[in-house]
Amino acid sequence: MDGLSVERIHVWRGERHLLRGVSFALAPGQLLQVSGPNGAGKSTLLRAVCGLTRPEQGEVRWGGTPIAAVRESFLAQLAYAAHEPALKGDLTALENLHFAVSLRRRADTAELGSCLERTGVGSCAELAARILSAGQRRRVALARVLALRAPLWVLDEPFANLDAAGAGMLSAILREHVEAGGAALVVAHHELAVGIATRRLELAP
Amino acid sequence: MTPGSAQGTGVGPARGDAAGSVPGVAESPAPGAGVGTFGAAALIMRRELRLSFRRPEHLVQPLVFFLIITTLFPLGLSLQLSQLRDMAPGVLWGAALLSSLLSLDALFKSDADDGTLEQLALSGQGLTVIVIAKTLAHWLVTGAALVLVSPLVATALDIPASAFALMMSSLALGTLTLSWLGSIGAALTVGLKRGNVLISLIVLPLAMPLLIFGASATERAISGTSAAGPLYLLTALCVLTTTLAPFAASAALKISLD
Repeated sequence: MDGLSVERIHVWRGERHLLRGVSFALAPGQLLQVSGPNGAGKSTLLRAVCGLTRPEQGEVRWGGTPIAAVRESFLAQLAYAAHEPALKGDLTALENLHFAVSLRRRADTAELGSCLERTGVGSCAELAARILSAGQRRRVALARVLALRAPLWVLDEPFANLDAAGAGMLSAILREHVEAGGAALVVAHHELAVGIATRRLELAP
Repeated sequence: MTPGSAQGTGVGPARGDAAGSVPGVAESPAPGAGVGTFGAAALIMRRELRLSFRRPEHLVQPLVFFLIITTLFPLGLSLQLSQLRDMAPGVLWGAALLSSLLSLDALFKSDADDGTLEQLALSGQGLTVIVIAKTLAHWLVTGAALVLVSPLVATALDIPASAFALMMSSLALGTLTLSWLGSIGAALTVGLKRGNVLISLIVLPLAMPLLIFGASATERAISGTSAAGPLYLLTALCVLTTTLAPFAASAALKISLD
């Protein structure tokens, strides 16, 4: 099958059994919201989906094949934004984006600039990420997700630190991505007002 | 609104050729397209060097440490010049190893702390490439820099200029080997709060042969006898660590990322 499927994965963190047989499928053009109380394993689930954490049991599949077997092509189609913005404070916003994109393909500075414009931090392109506010850093991280042009987005609490306008911008970006045939896996605590059908996965504590 | 939104696609805002197709989603890059392994390694090295030069204090710290240790010894011991020359290789090498150990714990830790290591690991480039590029960049700003200032220190320790070439090449081999050993230690301790002490405990015992052979090579260079033996051994250690350490370090890094 197409897209991402997670089949009964179990993840332990030390003595804690964090994910107990979580399963879901995410096809192109779908948005899946993951929610649940703090400590329910939302971030762990996202890390497992990306292949950063190896589940003790179960399988994460991309296009029907375990991600470990198609690692390169899977990663080429994945944009992951962790809870922290993952920016180098001493590099400018644009340099951060340029580096992330260049590792995958030839980066076009004008395109990166317009990604920053799109997330509302175009004026911060030449500023060191260190001096940006938490909300601005989040926006730069979202610009990186845009710039990677990946069909699968895995976003860990992307609405954190964003103001109302930023939340609106992100909702619009998510809608465009999904309507264009992309898939998105998003951790969010509130009801997503994206304007498209959103499925929900509730993780129990 | 922003120029990007006028295009009406959140995926490839700047692209003018959006007609009909879905940019980005439809034509996602093929695996490994565009950037080869060497290109990626060069990119990572450039980023590391740029980061180092944005923080000159990190760049200067090991050098200053090196200079201070080596000048403290002669001052504190008030030796005769001939005695100083006898002690010089040991002092030089001990100081060089300690100062290049100083910054080793930040090799992967700074990236792990701000989350950029995860992004690197998900970039589709192998962890081994990342380890090699980061370690070489680290060596360039610490080990190679130490080698370059070593004649200054050597003059203060009364090492004759005729021994400089041998001393510098042995130091280059030794510090490079130490950087590789350090990359394993840094990868193993990346997830720990106070990995600094642990790195020293892991790396210093392994670095003892470097100290012994390095100091002996320098000593022979000073006395004018053949330094070929210790130099060959240093080279062998350097080749061994260069070929094996990246794999060990990337395996350790993989475990630490999990």
